Amino acid sequence: MKSTESAVSGDAAAKTYVAPGKYDELYNFVSGGFNGQVSVYGLPSGRLLKLIPVFSVHPENGYGFNEETKPMLQTSYGFVPWDDQHHLALSQTNGEHDGRWLFANANNTPRVGRIDLKTFKTAEIIELPNSGGNHSSPFITENTEYVIAGTRFAIPVGNQESPLDNASFKKNFKSTASFISVDKNTGHMSVSFQIILPGMDLDLSRAGKGPSHGWFFFSTYNTEQASTLLEVNASQKDKDFIVAVNWKKAEEYIKAGKGKKMPVEYYHNVYDEETHSATSRIIKEVLTLDPEELKDMVYLIPCPKSPHGCDVDPSGEFIVGSGKLAALIPVFSYQKLIKAIDDKAFEGEYNGIPVVKYEAALHGEVQKPGLGPLHTEFDGKGNAYTSFFVSSEIVKWSVKDLKVLDRVPTYYSIGHLMVPGGDTKKPYGKYVVAYNKITKDRYLPTGPELAQSAQLYSIDGDKMQLLLDFPTIGEPHYAQAIPAEKIREQSVKFFDINKNKHPYVSLGEKATKVVREGNVVHVYMTAIRSHLTPDNIEGIQVGDEVYFHVTNLEQDWDIPHGFAIKHAPNAELLIMPGETNTLKFVPVKPGIYPFYCTDFCSALHQEMQGYLRVSPKGSNVPLKWGTGEEEAAAPVAAR
Amino acid sequence: MNNKLSKFARISVFIAIGCIAALWFVPMWRIDLAAPQYPEGIFMQIWINDVKGDVDVINGLNHYIGMKTIHKEDFREFVYLPIVLAAFCIFGLVVLIKGRRRAYYIWTGALLAIATLSMYDFWKWEYDYGHNLDPTAPIKVPGMAYQPPFIGYKKMLNFEALSQPDIGGWLFITAAILLTSVSIYEWRRAKKQLHENPFGQSPASRRHDKRMQQGV
Ligand SMILES: [Cu+2]
Repeated sequence: MKSTESAVSGDAAAKTYVAPGKYDELYNFVSGGFNGQVSVYGLPSGRLLKLIPVFSVHPENGYGFNEETKPMLQTSYGFVPWDDQHHLALSQTNGEHDGRWLFANANNTPRVGRIDLKTFKTAEIIELPNSGGNHSSPFITENTEYVIAGTRFAIPVGNQESPLDNASFKKNFKSTASFISVDKNTGHMSVSFQIILPGMDLDLSRAGKGPSHGWFFFSTYNTEQASTLLEVNASQKDKDFIVAVNWKKAEEYIKAGKGKKMPVEYYHNVYDEETHSATSRIIKEVLTLDPEELKDMVYLIPCPKSPHGCDVDPSGEFIVGSGKLAALIPVFSYQKLIKAIDDKAFEGEYNGIPVVKYEAALHGEVQKPGLGPLHTEFDGKGNAYTSFFVSSEIVKWSVKDLKVLDRVPTYYSIGHLMVPGGDTKKPYGKYVVAYNKITKDRYLPTGPELAQSAQLYSIDGDKMQLLLDFPTIGEPHYAQAIPAEKIREQSVKFFDINKNKHPYVSLGEKATKVVREGNVVHVYMTAIRSHLTPDNIEGIQVGDEVYFHVTNLEQDWDIPHGFAIKHAPNAELLIMPGETNTLKFVPVKPGIYPFYCTDFCSALHQEMQGYLRVSPKGSNVPLKWGTGEEEAAAPVAAR
Repeated sequence: MNNKLSKFARISVFIAIGCIAALWFVPMWRIDLAAPQYPEGIFMQIWINDVKGDVDVINGLNHYIGMKTIHKEDFREFVYLPIVLAAFCIFGLVVLIKGRRRAYYIWTGALLAIATLSMYDFWKWEYDYGHNLDPTAPIKVPGMAYQPPFIGYKKMLNFEALSQPDIGGWLFITAAILLTSVSIYEWRRAKKQLHENPFGQSPASRRHDKRMQQGV
């Protein structure tokens, strides 16, 4: 076996060296797994550029803590401040990444998020009804018509209570594939329709492209329909399925009025860039389609054994199934699938859905590729790269003749891999990145909890070459990468304060004030280098709900201000230039509460501070506030 | 004496009016600033009736050392200058109609006077802006004044400043050079005519004189 050291050849360092002051070639968006965030790295350097909170609160910038972003994490089950973020999809136009949006899934409380790539902020989150766990998501069609959300756990539709045994599972439990449509201009998502599938676990998914545009392919396991000890009970059958969904057909059925409206309740949360605030809307209906009735919309292709990836090559012709427990990789042909359907080459039905004969849809099998194939990406030159979890390696093979061409070890236990643009019609194809589950002995130990890692390989030549490995934040699953020039120039530098429509904005220091409405107090505050206005506030009482609405008046790149107040039991604000953020604070004891700017903004940053005087409840200290004057500027008696 | 303007001078009137009229559409002057934390640079442009560019950024930075903030409303020049330049353009049309050298000379003088006064005013503003500091400013550097360069480069604390004409400034300079050159040309032409023809006869009578001399 190759040792770690010998695996790296002499010029690897030069190929990943990005000199100080130089930019990386690619943005790499990496799922954070159980941290609920997305991390952004530069490639080929592997430098961490940013963490984007999507489904988890983030004290660093107040996401989910400030009043403006709290609605983003609202669900029909209340405020859910954490999730498990697995897969990412960049928006596409004509089957190529267009650099507009990045979609992210939440696996646990089923949701899909959209990140705006001008601001690198989460712009929208939509909850999914009738879903047990949003795993085969957010895969995307070639013009971003739909983002997919396939449920991992089958659950009773409508989520009614039900006994837990295999008989009940077979009878009551269903899987759903949700088709989320995306508005071309705004990116706004809405659940267009759901296809109710038999109870089984949908794993991963890929949209067809080119000739197969109009289809979606899902891998699935537990077609045994077991409810307990799936390790054994869901590994019984020799073959599970790839579910092939003709979504163009589904659209026709909807037009023909074959969809059924079902009462549900789910949240749709949208962040508005002008009010700098999110709002939530509850949606109470979803359109469903039943493939048992609508026969020619869904087909099943047998696939050995418990497939994970089902990846479509750049031409759109080949669908690679990766049976986690199989010793070969089956490659299906779209043309053969269509012919098999036309010829009715079926081997039977599964819960009323036709099952195509394995050989009829098969292009061929890659023999003895390795152990535990998981996921395949493509380089645009007819080569496929498959990750092997059990044998910890990447294997390169030829899609046309299914011959293994090369293999390299990974350190260790690779899950997903990613070729920049490897899921599109035109892969960028210079690198493959491995996202690994285990890193013991790779880095300095940090106690029992170790970093996860990514590894960068060159795929320029005939032989893959390890260039770099770098630790990642959270547990990386799938990732996306895009050439830097598609995003860099559009990056927002600050928000135009003249467009700030926040209801509690202070447009200038003269507009600052403190307003009491019963026991609710609104502080209209501004921040500019190097002071807060007002910086002295009196007349607040214990138990008041104090809202600090802080507007950053700067109109300059890279000048955020922070705001924190002593004993606030949540987080800080981190306010970008031109933005307004709100921190809610309910003082529980009388006293003096210092507040200050947390982001080192200027030479006088340390002086950017002030005091809040909190008096006992019922005190007659009048409300007053000011900055820069011995006598407070505007005393107003408490109303 | 013949004091009609040459065709060349008449064309120059159009060009000069064009150059000055363009000032409504292009900036006159620009000051560029660079500092370690502003690698992309910041700049300010002076128009005949406005200050544009990163004025707010500059105002934000200058408060540390107690410099006044720059506001368009504080400059009476932005009211006067367009009026004066508009009057200059109208005067140009009068020069064209009259077609007299004397008018042309006065017109040139007016432009040079406007230029000199504007430059002096600009320098005075810069001096005041750089020297009149707020005594309570947070940062005080002993003996330091922050007068920006009138023209050219200057280093001030962490900032490097470059002051130079912008498109409009160059157009103004072009107009001034053109009018001055044409005035000199016209003046020389007048002198020559005076020398050749001290009685101020018309070209026709001059031809007649020549014929007379040749004994025709
Ligand atoms: Cu600050």
